[in-house]
Amino acid sequence: MSRLRVAGYGVLCAMALSGCVTINIYFPAAAAEQAADVIIDEVWQLKNGARPAPAPAKDQP
Amino acid sequence: MSALLRRVVMMAALLLSVASVHAQMNLEVNTPALTALRASMQQRHNQLGPLYASGAVGLTRDGKVALRDANAVPLAQRQQAAALVAAENQDRAALYREIARANNHPEWENDIRSTFAQRWIEKAQAGWYYQNSAGSWVRK
Repeated sequence: MSRLRVAGYGVLCAMALSGCVTINIYFPAAAAEQAADVIIDEVWQLKNGARPAPAPAKDQP
Repeated sequence: MSALLRRVVMMAALLLSVASVHAQMNLEVNTPALTALRASMQQRHNQLGPLYASGAVGLTRDGKVALRDANAVPLAQRQQAAALVAAENQDRAALYREIARANNHPEWENDIRSTFAQRWIEKAQAGWYYQNSAGSWVRK
């Protein structure tokens, strides 16, 4: 039983470690997209990620 | 049986905590260097905006800008337009590099550049030009 418990804790530790490794190795695509949106909204002065205003109607043929 | 149950609960709690760390992860974008770059690009956009609208400048597929139609700019202003494009590209390259560095992963620079490339194009206004994945110019 105690051997089983040790094995269980081993599995838990491995999972915890693999969680850390995952965070450190892989590129956080969703977080990067969010960061890009914040910066682009600021640089292009778009409000809170709202869609940009449509082009003036007089440009239409 | 209760020991097994306790173990299952512990495992579930651990999984949840790992998941929440993933969900909460944000990139650092507020270092002094990044704040300065953002301000510089925002200020330049006042001059670049009309160039995007006229089609003189377009958004490239690699997260930069390019002078795609010099004829859309009056001769007297072409040199200034080229200088704006060069300065913007310098800031953009620094931005991608600095975000990667501020998050202690310089090797993320290319991933950050391609993320930005997609988002610039996604957020571009109708009528602006961008490069598609094949490299040809498309009017949005």
